[in-house]
Amino acid sequence: MSALTKVETQALIAEVLEVYPEKAKKDREKHLAVNDQSIEQSKKCITSNRKSLPGVMTVRGCAYAGSKGVVWGPIKDMIHISHGPVGCGQYSRAGRRNYYVGTTGINTFGTMNFTTDFQEKDIVFGGDKKLAKVLGEINQLFPLNKGISVQSECPIGLIGDDIEAVSKKAAKELDKPIVPVRCEGFRGVSQSLGHHIANDAIRDWVLPRRDTLQFESTPYDVAVIGDYNIGGDAWSSRILLEEMGLRVIAQWSGDGTIAEMEMTPNAKLNLIHCYRSMNYIARHMEEKYSIPWMEYNFFGPTKVAESLRAIAEHFDDTIKAGAERVIAKYQAMMDEIIAKYKPRLQGKKVMLYVGGLRPRHIIGAYEDLGMEVVGTGYEFGHNDDYDRTIKDMGNSTLIYDDVTGFEFEEFVKRIKPDLIGSGIKEKYIFQKMGVPFRQMHSWDYSGPYHGYDGFAIFARDMDMTINNPCWGKMKAPWLKEAAV
Amino acid sequence: MANIMIQRGSKGEYVFYLPKRDLEDNIVSMEFDTPEKWGGEIKLNNGGSYYIEPQAAPAKLPISLRARRLDAAE
Repeated sequence: MSALTKVETQALIAEVLEVYPEKAKKDREKHLAVNDQSIEQSKKCITSNRKSLPGVMTVRGCAYAGSKGVVWGPIKDMIHISHGPVGCGQYSRAGRRNYYVGTTGINTFGTMNFTTDFQEKDIVFGGDKKLAKVLGEINQLFPLNKGISVQSECPIGLIGDDIEAVSKKAAKELDKPIVPVRCEGFRGVSQSLGHHIANDAIRDWVLPRRDTLQFESTPYDVAVIGDYNIGGDAWSSRILLEEMGLRVIAQWSGDGTIAEMEMTPNAKLNLIHCYRSMNYIARHMEEKYSIPWMEYNFFGPTKVAESLRAIAEHFDDTIKAGAERVIAKYQAMMDEIIAKYKPRLQGKKVMLYVGGLRPRHIIGAYEDLGMEVVGTGYEFGHNDDYDRTIKDMGNSTLIYDDVTGFEFEEFVKRIKPDLIGSGIKEKYIFQKMGVPFRQMHSWDYSGPYHGYDGFAIFARDMDMTINNPCWGKMKAPWLKEAAV
Repeated sequence: MANIMIQRGSKGEYVFYLPKRDLEDNIVSMEFDTPEKWGGEIKLNNGGSYYIEPQAAPAKLPISLRARRLDAAE
Protein backbone atom coordinates (compact mmCIF):
# COMPACT_ATOMS: atom_id res chain seq x y z
CA MET A 1 0.00 0.00 0.00
CA SER A 2 1.36 3.32 -0.91
CA ALA A 3 0.23 6.87 -0.48
CA LEU A 4 0.05 7.37 -4.21
CA THR A 5 -1.03 5.11 -7.03
CA LYS A 6 1.34 4.10 -9.75
CA VAL A 7 -0.02 6.65 -12.19
CA GLU A 8 0.15 9.42 -9.61
CA THR A 9 3.74 8.55 -8.78
CA GLN A 10 4.68 8.58 -12.44
CA ALA A 11 2.97 11.92 -12.85
CA LEU A 12 4.92 13.23 -9.87
CA ILE A 13 8.22 12.17 -11.41
CA ALA A 14 7.27 13.76 -14.71
CA GLU A 15 6.26 16.97 -12.97
CA VAL A 16 9.52 17.19 -11.02
CA LEU A 17 11.56 16.58 -14.17
CA GLU A 18 9.74 19.39 -15.94
CA VAL A 19 12.11 22.13 -14.78
CA TYR A 20 15.24 20.53 -16.20
CA PRO A 21 16.65 21.36 -19.61
CA GLU A 22 16.02 18.66 -22.21
CA LYS A 23 19.36 16.90 -21.87
CA ALA A 24 19.38 16.91 -18.08
CA LYS A 25 15.82 15.69 -18.05
CA LYS A 26 16.72 12.73 -20.20
CA ASP A 27 19.57 11.84 -17.88
CA ARG A 28 17.69 12.21 -14.61
CA GLU A 29 14.66 10.35 -15.94
CA LYS A 30 16.60 7.10 -15.86
CA HIS A 31 17.39 7.47 -12.17
CA LEU A 32 13.84 7.84 -10.92
CA ALA A 33 11.37 5.00 -10.95
CA VAL A 34 8.14 3.67 -9.59
CA ASN A 35 8.64 0.37 -7.84
CA ASP A 36 7.12 -2.66 -9.44
CA GLN A 37 7.73 -5.90 -7.58
CA SER A 38 7.16 -7.98 -10.66
CA ILE A 39 10.37 -6.70 -12.26
CA GLU A 40 13.21 -9.19 -11.89
CA GLN A 41 16.09 -7.02 -12.94
CA SER A 42 16.36 -3.49 -11.70
CA LYS A 43 18.19 -2.19 -14.74
CA LYS A 44 14.96 -2.40 -16.65
CA CYS A 45 13.53 0.40 -14.54
CA ILE A 46 16.42 2.30 -12.98
CA THR A 47 19.95 3.28 -13.89
CA SER A 48 22.55 3.52 -11.16
CA ASN A 49 26.24 4.05 -10.54
CA ARG A 50 26.55 6.71 -13.21
CA LYS A 51 28.30 10.05 -13.09
CA SER A 52 26.23 12.73 -11.36
CA LEU A 53 24.81 15.42 -13.57
CA PRO A 54 26.93 18.59 -13.44
CA GLY A 55 25.07 21.50 -11.94
CA VAL A 56 22.71 19.64 -9.64
CA MET A 57 23.15 19.08 -5.93
CA THR A 58 24.37 15.60 -5.20
CA VAL A 59 25.40 14.30 -1.81
CA ARG A 60 27.84 11.71 -3.04
CA GLY A 61 31.34 11.36 -1.67
CA CYS A 62 34.61 10.44 -3.36
CA ALA A 63 36.76 7.35 -3.61
CA TYR A 64 38.92 8.60 -0.75
CA ALA A 65 35.83 8.86 1.43
CA GLY A 66 34.92 5.29 0.55
CA SER A 67 38.34 3.94 1.37
CA LYS A 68 39.63 6.03 4.27
CA GLY A 69 36.29 6.97 5.77
CA VAL A 70 34.42 3.71 5.38
CA VAL A 71 36.56 0.64 4.92
CA TRP A 72 40.00 1.42 6.35
CA GLY A 73 39.25 4.14 8.87
CA PRO A 74 37.59 1.95 11.51
CA ILE A 75 40.53 -0.49 11.71
CA LYS A 76 41.58 0.77 15.08
CA ASP A 77 45.13 -0.36 15.64
CA MET A 78 46.42 0.86 12.31
CA ILE A 79 47.31 4.43 11.48
CA HIS A 80 45.71 5.73 8.33
CA ILE A 81 47.63 8.55 6.71
CA SER A 82 45.60 10.95 4.60
CA HIS A 83 48.35 11.35 2.04
CA GLY A 84 48.01 14.75 0.43
CA PRO A 85 46.72 18.15 1.54
CA VAL A 86 45.43 18.46 5.06
CA GLY A 87 41.72 19.18 4.47
CA CYS A 88 40.39 15.83 3.27
CA GLY A 89 41.43 14.12 6.47
CA GLN A 90 40.73 16.96 8.87
CA TYR A 91 37.18 17.69 7.79
CA SER A 92 36.19 14.03 7.81
CA ARG A 93 37.94 13.23 11.07
CA ALA A 94 35.92 11.04 13.45
CA GLY A 95 32.69 12.04 11.73
CA ARG A 96 31.43 8.53 11.27
CA ARG A 97 31.36 7.51 14.94
CA ASN A 98 32.96 4.12 14.47
CA TYR A 99 33.21 3.17 18.13
CA TYR A 100 36.15 1.14 19.38
CA VAL A 101 37.77 -0.05 22.58
CA GLY A 102 41.28 1.14 23.32
CA THR A 103 43.33 4.12 24.38
CA THR A 104 43.36 6.62 21.56
CA GLY A 105 46.85 7.76 20.71
CA ILE A 106 48.47 4.83 22.49
CA ASN A 107 47.27 1.58 20.92
CA THR A 108 44.27 2.73 18.89
CA PHE A 109 44.03 5.64 16.50
CA GLY A 110 40.48 5.74 15.20
CA THR A 111 39.56 9.34 15.89
CA MET A 112 42.96 10.85 15.14
CA ASN A 113 43.95 12.53 11.90
CA PHE A 114 47.31 11.78 10.35
CA THR A 115 48.28 13.62 7.21
CA THR A 116 51.34 14.38 5.14
CA ASP A 117 50.04 17.96 4.75
CA PHE A 118 51.13 18.57 1.16
CA GLN A 119 52.44 22.02 0.32
CA GLU A 120 53.25 23.53 -3.04
CA LYS A 121 56.76 22.14 -3.08
CA ASP A 122 55.49 18.61 -2.50
CA ILE A 123 53.30 18.90 -5.55
CA VAL A 124 56.15 20.32 -7.63
CA PHE A 125 58.94 18.03 -6.48
CA GLY A 126 56.90 14.97 -5.48
CA GLY A 127 55.88 13.83 -2.03
CA ASP A 128 57.58 10.46 -1.75
CA LYS A 129 60.37 11.75 0.46
CA LYS A 130 57.87 13.35 2.76
CA LEU A 131 55.85 10.15 2.97
CA ALA A 132 58.93 8.12 3.88
CA LYS A 133 59.75 10.65 6.59
CA VAL A 134 56.19 10.63 7.93
CA LEU A 135 56.14 6.84 8.11
CA GLY A 136 59.31 6.89 10.20
CA GLU A 137 58.02 9.66 12.45
CA ILE A 138 54.72 7.91 13.04
CA ASN A 139 56.44 4.75 14.03
CA GLN A 140 58.65 6.62 16.47
CA LEU A 141 55.83 8.60 18.05
CA PHE A 142 53.26 5.78 18.12
CA PRO A 143 55.30 2.61 18.48
CA LEU A 144 52.24 0.48 19.36
CA ASN A 145 50.64 0.89 15.95
CA LYS A 146 50.20 -2.44 14.20
CA GLY A 147 50.47 -1.10 10.69
CA ILE A 148 50.04 1.95 8.53
CA SER A 149 47.88 2.54 5.51
CA VAL A 150 48.55 5.29 3.00
CA GLN A 151 45.26 6.70 1.76
CA SER A 152 45.91 8.72 -1.38
CA GLU A 153 44.17 12.02 -1.95
CA CYS A 154 43.70 13.43 -5.44
CA PRO A 155 47.15 15.02 -5.97
CA ILE A 156 48.99 11.73 -5.50
CA GLY A 157 47.53 10.28 -8.65
CA LEU A 158 47.89 13.55 -10.52
CA ILE A 159 51.61 14.02 -9.85
CA GLY A 160 52.34 10.30 -10.18
CA ASP A 161 54.00 9.54 -6.86
CA ASP A 162 55.15 5.97 -6.34
CA ILE A 163 53.62 5.27 -2.96
CA GLU A 164 53.91 1.52 -3.48
CA ALA A 165 57.70 1.68 -3.62
CA VAL A 166 57.91 3.90 -0.53
CA SER A 167 55.54 1.61 1.35
CA LYS A 168 57.42 -1.55 0.47
CA LYS A 169 60.72 -0.05 1.53
CA ALA A 170 59.33 1.30 4.79
CA ALA A 171 57.52 -1.96 5.55
CA LYS A 172 60.85 -3.74 5.42
CA GLU A 173 62.57 -1.15 7.61
CA LEU A 174 59.80 -0.91 10.20
CA ASP A 175 58.77 -4.58 9.99
CA LYS A 176 55.09 -3.69 9.88
CA PRO A 177 52.42 -3.93 7.22
CA ILE A 178 52.32 -0.69 5.26
CA VAL A 179 49.50 -0.62 2.78
CA PRO A 180 49.40 1.85 -0.11
CA VAL A 181 45.82 2.49 -1.22
CA ARG A 182 45.25 4.13 -4.59
CA CYS A 183 41.95 5.71 -3.59
CA GLU A 184 42.43 9.16 -5.15
CA GLY A 185 39.19 11.07 -4.89
CA PHE A 186 38.71 11.56 -8.62
CA ARG A 187 38.42 7.84 -9.28
CA GLY A 188 34.93 6.61 -10.05
CA VAL A 189 31.61 8.37 -9.77
CA SER A 190 31.09 8.05 -6.03
CA GLN A 191 32.54 6.54 -2.88
CA SER A 192 31.57 3.14 -4.20
CA LEU A 193 34.74 2.70 -6.22
CA GLY A 194 36.69 3.66 -3.10
CA HIS A 195 35.16 0.67 -1.33
CA HIS A 196 36.24 -1.56 -4.18
CA ILE A 197 39.78 -0.18 -4.25
CA ALA A 198 40.03 -0.56 -0.47
CA ASN A 199 38.82 -4.16 -0.71
CA ASP A 200 41.40 -4.87 -3.38
CA ALA A 201 44.12 -3.35 -1.21
CA ILE A 202 43.09 -5.63 1.66
CA ARG A 203 43.12 -8.57 -0.72
CA ASP A 204 46.60 -7.81 -2.02
CA TRP A 205 48.36 -6.43 1.03
CA VAL A 206 46.67 -7.82 4.14
CA LEU A 207 45.02 -11.20 3.63
CA PRO A 208 48.00 -13.19 2.31
CA ARG A 209 50.24 -12.17 5.22
CA ARG A 210 49.31 -15.08 7.46
CA ASP A 211 48.42 -17.72 4.93
CA THR A 212 50.89 -20.16 6.40
CA LEU A 213 50.22 -19.47 10.06
CA GLN A 214 48.57 -22.08 12.28
CA PHE A 215 45.21 -21.14 13.71
CA GLU A 216 43.21 -23.01 16.32
CA SER A 217 39.84 -22.98 14.67
CA THR A 218 36.49 -24.29 15.79
CA PRO A 219 33.64 -25.41 13.51
CA TYR A 220 31.70 -22.33 14.60
CA ASP A 221 34.04 -19.57 13.49
CA VAL A 222 32.37 -16.72 11.63
CA ALA A 223 33.49 -13.27 10.55
CA VAL A 224 31.23 -10.23 10.67
CA ILE A 225 31.94 -8.29 7.49
CA GLY A 226 30.69 -4.85 6.57
CA ASP A 227 29.62 -3.71 10.01
CA TYR A 228 31.32 -0.46 10.87
CA ASN A 229 30.22 -0.28 14.50
CA ILE A 230 28.48 3.04 14.11
CA GLY A 231 27.26 3.93 17.56
CA GLY A 232 28.15 0.39 18.64
CA ASP A 233 26.23 -1.52 15.95
CA ALA A 234 28.75 -4.32 15.63
CA TRP A 235 28.70 -4.97 19.35
CA SER A 236 24.94 -5.36 19.52
CA SER A 237 25.15 -7.73 16.53
CA ARG A 238 28.08 -9.70 17.84
CA ILE A 239 26.48 -10.61 21.15
CA LEU A 240 23.57 -12.26 19.34
CA LEU A 241 25.91 -14.40 17.26
CA GLU A 242 27.92 -15.36 20.30
CA GLU A 243 24.81 -16.13 22.30
CA MET A 244 23.68 -18.63 19.69
CA GLY A 245 27.00 -20.45 19.98
CA LEU A 246 29.11 -19.01 17.17
CA ARG A 247 32.57 -17.62 17.61
CA VAL A 248 33.14 -14.27 15.95
CA ILE A 249 36.80 -14.27 14.95
CA ALA A 250 36.85 -10.97 13.09
CA GLN A 251 34.96 -7.74 12.81
CA TRP A 252 35.34 -5.90 9.52
CA SER A 253 36.03 -3.24 10.15
CA GLY A 254 34.23 -1.52 13.05
CA ASP A 255 36.25 -2.05 16.23
CA GLY A 256 38.43 -4.36 14.14
CA THR A 257 42.15 -4.95 14.22
CA ILE A 258 44.54 -5.87 11.47
CA ALA A 259 45.30 -9.18 13.18
CA GLU A 260 41.62 -10.12 13.03
CA MET A 261 41.50 -9.29 9.35
CA GLU A 262 44.57 -11.38 8.60
CA MET A 263 42.94 -14.31 10.43
CA THR A 264 39.62 -14.06 8.60
CA PRO A 265 40.52 -16.71 5.99
CA ASN A 266 40.13 -19.23 8.83
CA ALA A 267 36.45 -18.48 9.25
CA LYS A 268 33.85 -21.07 8.29
CA LEU A 269 31.31 -18.51 7.10
CA ASN A 270 31.51 -14.84 6.22
CA LEU A 271 28.50 -12.80 7.28
CA ILE A 272 28.00 -9.71 5.15
CA HIS A 273 25.99 -6.83 6.50
CA CYS A 274 26.98 -4.03 4.15
CA TYR A 275 26.89 -5.80 0.82
CA ARG A 276 27.81 -2.74 -1.21
CA SER A 277 31.12 -1.98 0.46
CA MET A 278 32.48 -5.44 1.19
CA ASN A 279 31.01 -8.02 -1.17
CA TYR A 280 34.23 -7.84 -3.19
CA ILE A 281 36.37 -9.27 -0.44
CA ALA A 282 33.77 -11.92 0.41
CA ARG A 283 33.78 -13.10 -3.20
CA HIS A 284 37.56 -13.17 -3.16
CA MET A 285 37.64 -15.26 0.02
CA GLU A 286 35.09 -17.61 -1.46
CA GLU A 287 37.30 -18.21 -4.44
CA LYS A 288 40.67 -18.38 -2.74
CA TYR A 289 39.82 -19.91 0.64
CA SER A 290 36.46 -21.56 -0.15
CA ILE A 291 34.62 -19.66 2.55
CA PRO A 292 30.92 -19.33 1.79
CA TRP A 293 29.30 -16.00 2.49
CA MET A 294 25.79 -14.78 3.07
CA GLU A 295 24.02 -11.49 3.56
CA TYR A 296 22.09 -10.87 6.72
CA ASN A 297 19.97 -8.07 8.11
CA PHE A 298 19.91 -7.12 11.77
CA PHE A 299 17.37 -4.28 11.65
CA GLY A 300 14.11 -4.97 13.48
CA PRO A 301 13.01 -8.17 15.24
CA THR A 302 11.41 -9.79 12.18
CA LYS A 303 14.53 -9.50 10.09
CA VAL A 304 16.85 -10.39 12.98
CA ALA A 305 14.95 -13.62 13.61
CA GLU A 306 14.93 -14.38 9.89
CA SER A 307 18.66 -13.75 9.65
CA LEU A 308 19.57 -15.72 12.76
CA ARG A 309 17.70 -18.73 11.39
CA ALA A 310 19.33 -18.33 7.98
CA ILE A 311 22.76 -18.14 9.58
CA ALA A 312 22.03 -21.21 11.71
CA GLU A 313 21.13 -23.13 8.54
CA HIS A 314 24.84 -23.20 7.72
CA PHE A 315 25.69 -25.00 10.94
CA ASP A 316 24.66 -28.06 12.95
CA ASP A 317 21.72 -28.57 15.29
CA THR A 318 23.34 -27.00 18.36
CA ILE A 319 23.55 -23.69 16.54
CA LYS A 320 20.02 -24.06 15.19
CA ALA A 321 18.78 -24.64 18.72
CA GLY A 322 20.91 -21.70 19.83
CA ALA A 323 19.26 -19.42 17.30
CA GLU A 324 15.80 -20.42 18.50
CA ARG A 325 16.89 -19.86 22.08
CA VAL A 326 18.14 -16.35 21.30
CA ILE A 327 14.98 -15.46 19.39
CA ALA A 328 12.77 -16.77 22.20
CA LYS A 329 14.79 -14.94 24.81
CA TYR A 330 14.32 -11.55 23.22
CA GLN A 331 10.75 -12.08 22.06
CA ALA A 332 9.19 -10.76 25.25
CA MET A 333 11.33 -7.65 25.16
CA MET A 334 10.46 -7.02 21.53
CA ASP A 335 6.74 -7.49 22.14
CA GLU A 336 6.90 -4.95 24.91
CA ILE A 337 8.65 -2.39 22.71
CA ILE A 338 6.25 -2.89 19.84
CA ALA A 339 3.28 -2.66 22.20
CA LYS A 340 4.61 0.61 23.53
CA TYR A 341 5.59 2.36 20.30
CA LYS A 342 3.41 0.87 17.59
CA PRO A 343 0.27 2.73 18.62
CA ARG A 344 2.23 5.99 18.50
CA LEU A 345 3.83 5.31 15.12
CA GLN A 346 1.26 3.23 13.27
CA GLY A 347 0.65 4.28 9.70
CA LYS A 348 3.36 6.93 9.56
CA LYS A 349 5.08 7.31 6.22
CA VAL A 350 8.84 7.35 5.86
CA MET A 351 11.14 8.41 3.05
CA LEU A 352 14.72 7.23 3.06
CA TYR A 353 17.76 8.35 1.16
CA VAL A 354 20.93 6.80 2.44
CA GLY A 355 23.88 4.81 1.12
CA GLY A 356 25.20 1.28 1.26
CA LEU A 357 22.72 -1.15 2.73
CA ARG A 358 20.25 0.93 4.67
CA PRO A 359 17.74 1.99 2.06
CA ARG A 360 16.58 -1.62 1.93
CA HIS A 361 17.70 -3.10 5.26
CA ILE A 362 15.86 -0.66 7.52
CA ILE A 363 12.51 -1.17 5.82
CA GLY A 364 11.84 -4.22 7.99
CA ALA A 365 12.46 -2.30 11.19
CA TYR A 366 9.98 0.40 10.20
CA GLU A 367 7.41 -2.21 9.25
CA ASP A 368 7.78 -3.82 12.66
CA LEU A 369 6.68 -0.50 14.12
CA GLY A 370 3.70 -0.32 11.79
CA MET A 371 5.30 2.37 9.65
CA GLU A 372 5.50 2.38 5.90
CA VAL A 373 8.44 3.29 3.69
CA VAL A 374 7.05 5.18 0.71
CA GLY A 375 10.28 6.18 -0.97
CA THR A 376 13.85 5.01 -0.89
CA GLY A 377 17.07 5.56 -2.73
CA TYR A 378 20.80 5.05 -2.72
CA GLU A 379 23.51 7.63 -3.02
CA PHE A 380 25.89 5.21 -4.65
CA GLY A 381 24.10 1.87 -5.07
CA HIS A 382 24.62 -0.37 -8.08
CA ASN A 383 22.22 -2.53 -10.04
CA ASP A 384 22.51 -5.41 -7.63
CA ASP A 385 21.43 -3.18 -4.74
CA TYR A 386 18.30 -2.15 -6.60
CA ASP A 387 17.64 -5.77 -7.55
CA ARG A 388 17.40 -6.50 -3.86
CA THR A 389 15.44 -3.36 -3.04
CA ILE A 390 12.61 -3.96 -5.48
CA LYS A 391 11.49 -7.00 -3.50
CA ASP A 392 11.56 -5.18 -0.17
CA MET A 393 9.62 -2.11 -1.23
CA GLY A 394 5.88 -1.91 -1.74
CA ASN A 395 4.37 -1.57 -5.20
CA SER A 396 4.16 1.90 -6.71
CA THR A 397 6.49 3.41 -4.12
CA LEU A 398 9.14 5.81 -5.28
CA ILE A 399 12.74 4.80 -5.95
CA TYR A 400 15.36 7.42 -6.66
CA ASP A 401 19.04 6.98 -7.43
CA ASP A 402 21.55 9.71 -6.58
CA VAL A 403 18.61 12.04 -6.06
CA THR A 404 19.32 15.76 -6.42
CA GLY A 405 18.51 18.29 -3.73
CA PHE A 406 15.75 19.77 -5.85
CA GLU A 407 14.08 16.46 -6.69
CA PHE A 408 14.16 15.28 -3.09
CA GLU A 409 12.58 18.49 -1.84
CA GLU A 410 9.83 18.34 -4.46
CA PHE A 411 9.08 14.70 -3.68
CA VAL A 412 8.79 15.52 0.00
CA LYS A 413 6.50 18.48 -0.68
CA ARG A 414 4.13 16.24 -2.60
CA ILE A 415 4.30 12.95 -0.75
CA LYS A 416 4.38 14.68 2.66
CA PRO A 417 6.05 11.89 4.62
CA ASP A 418 5.89 11.89 8.42
CA LEU A 419 9.60 11.18 8.70
CA ILE A 420 12.66 11.47 6.52
CA GLY A 421 15.76 9.40 7.12
CA SER A 422 18.82 10.74 5.38
CA GLY A 423 22.09 12.51 6.13
CA ILE A 424 23.37 15.73 7.65
CA LYS A 425 23.29 17.58 4.34
CA GLU A 426 19.53 17.08 4.05
CA LYS A 427 18.69 17.41 7.72
CA TYR A 428 18.28 21.15 8.16
CA ILE A 429 16.48 21.75 4.89
CA PHE A 430 13.74 19.36 5.88
CA GLN A 431 13.59 20.39 9.50
CA LYS A 432 13.07 23.97 8.36
CA MET A 433 10.28 22.71 6.12
CA GLY A 434 8.72 21.28 9.28
CA VAL A 435 9.25 17.62 8.48
CA PRO A 436 10.59 15.35 11.25
CA PHE A 437 14.04 14.08 10.31
CA ARG A 438 16.50 11.45 11.49
CA GLN A 439 20.03 11.08 10.23
CA MET A 440 20.30 7.50 9.12
CA HIS A 441 24.04 7.58 8.42
CA SER A 442 25.19 8.30 11.95
CA TRP A 443 21.91 7.43 13.70
CA ASP A 444 21.71 11.12 14.68
CA TYR A 445 24.41 10.63 17.31
CA SER A 446 22.37 7.84 18.90
CA GLY A 447 22.62 4.11 18.31
CA PRO A 448 23.26 1.26 18.08
CA TYR A 449 20.33 0.29 15.81
CA HIS A 450 21.46 -3.26 14.94
CA GLY A 451 20.19 -6.32 16.74
CA TYR A 452 17.55 -6.61 19.42
CA ASP A 453 19.08 -4.05 21.74
CA GLY A 454 19.41 -1.70 18.83
CA PHE A 455 15.75 -2.00 17.92
CA ALA A 456 14.75 -0.72 21.37
CA ILE A 457 16.80 2.41 20.75
CA PHE A 458 15.58 2.71 17.17
CA ALA A 459 11.93 2.61 18.24
CA ARG A 460 12.49 5.18 20.95
CA ASP A 461 14.35 7.52 18.59
CA MET A 462 11.70 7.33 15.89
CA ASP A 463 8.98 8.05 18.43
CA MET A 464 10.79 10.97 19.97
CA THR A 465 11.41 12.50 16.56
CA ILE A 466 7.97 12.07 15.02
CA ASN A 467 5.94 12.82 18.12
CA ASN A 468 8.09 15.71 19.21
CA PRO A 469 5.90 18.69 20.25
CA CYS A 470 8.19 21.09 18.35
CA TRP A 471 6.56 20.22 15.01
CA GLY A 472 3.38 21.94 16.12
CA LYS A 473 5.27 25.14 16.82
CA MET A 474 6.69 25.87 13.39
CA LYS A 475 4.85 29.17 13.13
CA ALA A 476 5.81 32.13 15.32
CA PRO A 477 3.05 33.01 17.81
CA TRP A 478 2.51 36.50 16.34
CA LEU A 479 1.96 35.08 12.87
CA LYS A 480 -0.77 32.74 13.98
CA GLU A 481 -4.40 33.56 13.51
CA ALA A 482 -5.85 35.10 16.64
CA ALA A 483 -6.92 32.40 19.04
CA VAL A 484 -10.60 31.70 18.87
CA MET B 1 37.97 -9.17 -22.54
CA ALA B 2 36.51 -8.89 -19.10
CA ASN B 3 37.30 -10.45 -15.76
CA ILE B 4 34.45 -12.66 -14.72
CA MET B 5 33.77 -15.18 -11.99
CA ILE B 6 31.90 -18.45 -12.35
CA GLN B 7 30.41 -20.02 -9.28
CA ARG B 8 27.83 -22.57 -8.22
CA GLY B 9 24.36 -21.36 -7.35
CA SER B 10 22.21 -22.75 -4.58
CA LYS B 11 20.66 -25.33 -6.91
CA GLY B 12 23.97 -26.49 -8.35
CA GLU B 13 23.70 -24.41 -11.51
CA TYR B 14 26.51 -22.22 -12.79
CA VAL B 15 26.28 -18.54 -11.91
CA PHE B 16 28.06 -15.91 -13.92
CA TYR B 17 29.34 -12.74 -12.22
CA LEU B 18 30.76 -9.73 -14.02
CA PRO B 19 31.92 -7.25 -11.36
CA LYS B 20 32.36 -4.29 -13.73
CA ARG B 21 28.66 -4.39 -14.61
CA ASP B 22 27.33 -5.79 -11.33
CA LEU B 23 25.92 -8.49 -13.51
CA GLU B 24 25.09 -11.70 -11.67
CA ASP B 25 23.06 -14.22 -13.62
CA ASN B 26 22.48 -17.90 -14.11
CA ILE B 27 24.18 -19.65 -16.98
CA VAL B 28 21.60 -21.48 -19.05
CA SER B 29 24.01 -23.27 -21.34
CA MET B 30 27.73 -23.88 -21.62
CA GLU B 31 29.22 -25.21 -24.82
CA PHE B 32 31.56 -27.74 -23.19
CA ASP B 33 30.89 -29.13 -19.76
CA THR B 34 33.02 -32.23 -19.30
CA PRO B 35 36.02 -32.76 -16.99
CA GLU B 36 38.48 -32.60 -19.92
CA LYS B 37 36.96 -29.76 -21.87
CA TRP B 38 35.09 -27.01 -20.13
CA GLY B 39 34.05 -23.57 -21.25
CA GLY B 40 33.43 -22.25 -24.72
CA GLU B 41 30.40 -20.20 -25.44
CA ILE B 42 28.16 -19.55 -22.45
CA LYS B 43 24.65 -18.22 -22.54
CA LEU B 44 23.10 -16.25 -19.72
CA ASN B 45 19.58 -16.13 -18.48
CA ASN B 46 19.26 -12.48 -19.53
CA GLY B 47 20.08 -13.36 -23.13
CA GLY B 48 23.72 -12.27 -23.15
CA SER B 49 26.48 -14.60 -24.25
CA TYR B 50 30.20 -14.75 -23.50
CA TYR B 51 33.11 -16.89 -24.58
CA ILE B 52 35.72 -18.43 -22.34
CA GLU B 53 38.69 -20.33 -23.69
CA PRO B 54 37.92 -24.09 -23.40
CA GLN B 55 40.05 -25.67 -20.70
CA ALA B 56 40.09 -28.56 -18.22
CA ALA B 57 37.22 -28.24 -15.75
CA PRO B 58 38.34 -26.25 -12.68
CA ALA B 59 38.95 -28.28 -9.54
CA LYS B 60 36.79 -25.96 -7.49
CA LEU B 61 34.43 -23.09 -7.95
CA PRO B 62 34.19 -20.13 -7.84
CA ILE B 63 36.91 -19.36 -10.32
CA SER B 64 38.00 -16.06 -11.88
CA LEU B 65 38.42 -16.12 -15.63
CA ARG B 66 38.84 -13.88 -18.62
CA ALA B 67 35.85 -13.86 -20.91
CA ARG B 68 35.08 -12.28 -24.24
CA ARG B 69 31.73 -10.71 -24.83
CA LEU B 70 29.88 -12.11 -27.80
CA ASP B 71 26.55 -10.51 -27.29
CA ALA B 72 25.56 -8.50 -24.23
CA ALA B 73 21.93 -8.26 -23.27
CA GLU B 74 21.72 -4.53 -22.84
